[in-house]
This record gives sequence, structure tokens and C-alpha cells, in this order.
Amino acid sequence: MSVLTLWVDGAAVAVPAGASLLEASRAANVEVPTLCHLDGLAPVGACRLCLVEVDLPGDGSPTRLVPACSTAAGEGLVVRTATVQLQRFRRMAVELLFAEGNHVCAFCVANGACELQDAAVAVGMDHSRFPFQYPRRHVDASHPHFVIDHHRCILCTRCVRVCDEIEGAHVWDVANRGSHCQIIAGLDQPWGTVEACTSCGKCVDVCPTGALAHNDDTTAEKRAARERPALLRSARERQRWHNQGGPP
Amino acid sequence: MGRTITIEPVTRIEGHAKITLHLDARGQISDARFHVVEYRGFETFCEGHPFTEMAGITARICGICPVSHLLAAAKTGDKLLAVQVPEAARQLRRLLNLAQICQSHALSFFHLSSPDFLLGWESDPARRNVFGLMASDPDLARAGIRLRQFGQQLIEQLAGRKIHAAWAVPGGVRSPLSAATQAWILASLPEAKATVALALDLYKRLLDGPLAREQRSFGDFPSLFMALVGPAGRWECSDGLLRIVDSEGTIVADGLSEDDYADFLGEAVESWSYLKFPYYKPLGYPDGLYRVGPLARLNVCDQIGTPWADAELAEFRAGSGPAGRSGPAGRRPVVTSSFAYHHARLVEIVACLEGIEQLAGDQSLMQGRIRAHASLNANEAVGVSEAPRGTLFHHYRVDDNGLITRVNLIIATGQNNLAMNRTVAQIAREWIPGPVGPDADIPEPLLNRVEAGIRCFDPCLSCSTHAAGAMPLQIQLLAADGTVLAERLRP
Repeated sequence: MSVLTLWVDGAAVAVPAGASLLEASRAANVEVPTLCHLDGLAPVGACRLCLVEVDLPGDGSPTRLVPACSTAAGEGLVVRTATVQLQRFRRMAVELLFAEGNHVCAFCVANGACELQDAAVAVGMDHSRFPFQYPRRHVDASHPHFVIDHHRCILCTRCVRVCDEIEGAHVWDVANRGSHCQIIAGLDQPWGTVEACTSCGKCVDVCPTGALAHNDDTTAEKRAARERPALLRSARERQRWHNQGGPP
Repeated sequence: MGRTITIEPVTRIEGHAKITLHLDARGQISDARFHVVEYRGFETFCEGHPFTEMAGITARICGICPVSHLLAAAKTGDKLLAVQVPEAARQLRRLLNLAQICQSHALSFFHLSSPDFLLGWESDPARRNVFGLMASDPDLARAGIRLRQFGQQLIEQLAGRKIHAAWAVPGGVRSPLSAATQAWILASLPEAKATVALALDLYKRLLDGPLAREQRSFGDFPSLFMALVGPAGRWECSDGLLRIVDSEGTIVADGLSEDDYADFLGEAVESWSYLKFPYYKPLGYPDGLYRVGPLARLNVCDQIGTPWADAELAEFRAGSGPAGRSGPAGRRPVVTSSFAYHHARLVEIVACLEGIEQLAGDQSLMQGRIRAHASLNANEAVGVSEAPRGTLFHHYRVDDNGLITRVNLIIATGQNNLAMNRTVAQIAREWIPGPVGPDADIPEPLLNRVEAGIRCFDPCLSCSTHAAGAMPLQIQLLAADGTVLAERLRP
């Protein structure tokens, strides 16, 4: 296995070829904030919270801003993860997420267990400089066990990916463009009517906010299990289940 | 020429309001209006949300009595699930409400109202507040603040936080009584009891003397009274059925279920206030005026059920000042002066403390089932709880997925709206007895008492209009043709 050496915030780090800049940062013990990324799911670079500055070795080209989760590490790259500009951009990204949806922590099922809330704290956001859009969205409570509240959705697409990559049911997709973008079930059917849904609840497990929840969750009661995709993927790839014929 | 007096904003109440006094052509007070000038629109923006979120959303209506909304929403949720709430959960909810009534009444009495009668009606308005009380009687002020703290801390220990806890949920509550909370309650009760005993002693001594005129002129009129009562007509704050009595002590209606509230309660709307005017339907509007809250709860119940509170109830009925009337033989005595709301609050604090003591000793609240789980089983439900200020109704309709399609909230302060207007008019007639000339000013004693008259009801306008902030007092004197003749503003 070939190994790449690069610099993260001034420290040299060696990672296997194919690793992302996020993995390289973690290898250098540097925590880069993420929101749409989830270990075990394919990266998409949707939230832009993990933006880092990258200088290519020796070519003198201008510094590039890239999402760490979906950019492959390269030999000799110089990566900066926490410059003043990056901190400003990250805070702006979080402010825009808050301004775009209807995020009211006070009575949200995910209050206290919300990655958007944590991100706001991490980037030092105490208010949004952008005008709140108060979009008219809706809640789909047609599923017998779960509910999706589009007011709280940040379009991270974790639900789309976990359903497709781990469960294999591909219930979820993203429809429309721009501010009309939204998560849809079964090519835009009420969730409860989508036959492909196995009611496994993985989408609820991975949702970073209160957008997806159990339908009897009340304020601050959401139980998330965001480590599950990584565990499932690892178990599957290593054939940890006895009926797969792998090692016991 | 007639005119109108406006008091705006009204101070030391929770919410934004102004008062107008309307004169007739002879310059006599013809009417008084308590205008609630804030609007919030909770009923509308709840639409489209899951009913499971209603407790969390509606608790945010108010920072003083979020528990009332929490309980009413949870009880409405119970009915949408069509579940039987485990007994321990019902008692835990009651414990939470007792703690809330205790803290809210302590706030009303010590922080908001007592400066009027302890520091003197005509004392400097800038000092006639809880800070003035601290300067003149620091021990009493501290005790009052600590009594409220007791209620607030009990709410925190039970429900996780003092304000806006989301602990009561459709089907029950989230956590049982802990041994630590039980021990804390028992250790804290003696001080709380001593404080309310001190306040009762202080208040009762004032009744026949310095407060006699206020007791007589602060909204002393016949009316209906409505509140929940428990089995055997016991004082009740979270379960039970509604009872309505008149000022003669006759039970006008009993065993009423909140489910049927629309049959016996109407809501009138006036163009000059955002606060609706509920009335007792069989008597029509505005004759169906009824009062809710501490005074009503003590007037409708047959007993409180704990020894000290029952003794205080008897004393309250026998003599809440000269206005306390003994009813005809065989009927309950009914106290009709709105000023007696203050006394009633103190009696209710006693009831709460004794109730808390009983529940704290109940081992069944510490383990076992506390939450029933079910999916949606009904599309419409009404829940009720006794808020510190009176009976609170939540009425939800949901679609087949449990999303709210309609909400109606009937708030205690709203139900006292007609009575507050009548109280202000009575005070104005008492303190402006003669005709008012076109250039007359608004006299200071009137200003002080009109505000205090409103404060008897401890109105919570944030709740009742389902709005926020600290409010100054505005009073306007209006001519018969609506011209503003005089206006005073107290910041």
C-alpha cells in the first residue's frame, strides 16, 4: 500500500493513498468540523463546513478552498484547517443553514442532541447575520413509526446515502433546485405509502438534526445512532456475520 | 362633554396593556376598558406540526407558568392517544403543578402586589416594587423570593429545568421522583411554610384596617366562578371536573367535562383588545361574566383536603375582609371581592405546600410505570389544567397523521377579562366620585389603584394573547365622543 506524506497545519502526516484530507487531518490529530459527513457513508461535500485551504507543492498556484471530506490527500500538499478566513467561512455556512430553514431549538425533538446546534456552538455563532427566510415547508407524518419535518432539514443527504448504501432500499432522493430543494421519499410520495421503505429507521439514526425522528419523540427526546453506518459497513466488509461465511 | 382616561402601560403585570376610562356627557365614569395590545398568534402557527410537539411549543407561551401549558398539552395528547395515564404519572404531574402554583403565587404576592399594600398606595411609584420592599423589610422580601425559589427549584428537580421543561408528555411523564428530590422537598418545606404563615398573618391584620376600602371597591360584584373540583368537591389543580357557582353559593353547573367546553363557554371579540372575552353561554354576553383563578377555586370547592389549608379556607370565607359574605343557610359562603384574590393566593400556597408534602411521601412516585405509549387514536381532544391564574383549556384537532389542523387555547386571564374591566370601572367610580371637568387630570390615587385592581387578577397577557416584555402603565381619559382629554404614562 502506497503512503502519501502531506502537511496539515504545519505537521507532517503520512496516510494511505486514497485517504481524504479529512482522514489526513484526523491522522494529524486536527479536528475539522463536519456536518454532512458521516463515517461509513460516501462523502458528498454538501455542507461546506469542512472547507480547508490547500497549497499544491511547488507550483505557485493560488491557494484553493476544498472540502476535506471529499478531496483526496495528495503527496506534499500543504493543508491549513483553521485560518481566520476558514473560521469566517464556516461560521457563515452555519448561519446560512439557520437562515435557510426553520430551526427552532426550543421545542425541537433533537434539542441537545443536534449536530447543527453543536456546529453553531463550535463555530461561535450567536446569531445569524442573514435574514431568516421562514420558508413554508411541511411535515410528513404518514409513516407509522417515523416523521420527517422539512423545516429542520439541512439537505445533508445522510438519509439518502444511508438508505441507498447501507440498507439498499433507496427510498430517499433530492428533488428540485435552489431554495426549492427538498428530500423526497419514493419519487415524491407520502413516506408512509412508499413500499420500498423497510422501516429500518437508519435515516432517523443518522439525521444530524430533528428533521427525521420517531413519531412519538417530544421536545429533546430524539434518540440518534449516528455511529451505526460505520459499524454496519465495517461488519459487512469484514464479513462479521456468521452467515456470510467469514471468520467467526 | 364626555371624555376617556387612558392608563398605558399598566405596570407590574406580565404583558402589555393600557386602560381607558370613558366618561359620559355628564362627566361621570360610564365604562372602563382594559386593552390588551399585544398579539402572538400561537394558535395559527401550531398548525401543521405534530401534536407531540404541542407541549414544547405551547409551554413557550409563558415563562411564568409554562407548566400549565405543558400539562394542558400533555393531557390533550393523552386523549389523542386514547391512553390511560399511569397513576404515578398523574400524581407526578400534580406535584409539578403544585410547585408551579406555589412559585407563581409567591411571585404575584411578594414581588408584584405586596409593595402596594405593604409600602403604601401613595408611596413613590419608583420605590413601590420588590426593590422598595427589600429596602423596607429585607427579611420579608428575602423570604418571599425564597418561597418562589422553592417552587422553581422543585420544578427543576422534577422536570430537569425551571422554565420550559418538557417533562410532561402525551401518555405521562418522563422521569419518576428521585430519592434526592424527595429528601430535598422534605428538608425545604419548613422554611416555605413559615414564609406563607408570616405573609398570611401580615395580610390578615391589614384586612379590616388599611385595606378595607380597597377590599370593598376592588371589583366586589356578584358573578359566576368556575374551577376544577376533585372527588367530594375537593380543591383540584390538575384532574377533576368543572364546577360553576354563583355569588350566592349556588352550584350552577357541576361535573362539566372540558370536552364540552364549547357548549357552556362562548368567546366574544371586541375591536379594542386582542384579548377575547369568554362568557358562560347560558347567560349570554356579557351577563355570563365568570371569574377563574385562586378566588374561583376557593369559592367552588367544598374543601381543600389538608388540615392547615382547610382552616385557612374557613377563615378566608368567614372574613376575607368586610366583603366576605356568609351565604344563605346551607350554601357555601362566597367571597366576591376581586381584592380577595391576594388572600386566596396565600391560602392556595398553603394548599400547595401541604399537597407537595403528601406527594413527597408517596413511594409509588419513585418507580414503576410513568408513561403510556400508543399511536394516534383520536382526531380531536380537549385538555384542561388549573393554571395559577385559572382554568386553562387546550383544544386540538389533528389529521390522521397527527398533524395539527386547528388549535384553540382558552387562557385563564382571558376568562377574567370581563371581570377585570368591571373591576377597573368600579375602582374608577370609587376614586373619581364626582363629575370630571374637561380639563381635569387623572388623580394619582386613581392611577395607583386602577393598576393594583388589575394586578389582583395577576393577569398574564403573554399567555392570554398567546406577547412579551416589561411594560409601563398608560391611562387615558376619553370624552364621550372619543377625544383623549387626559393621558398619563408611568414608565
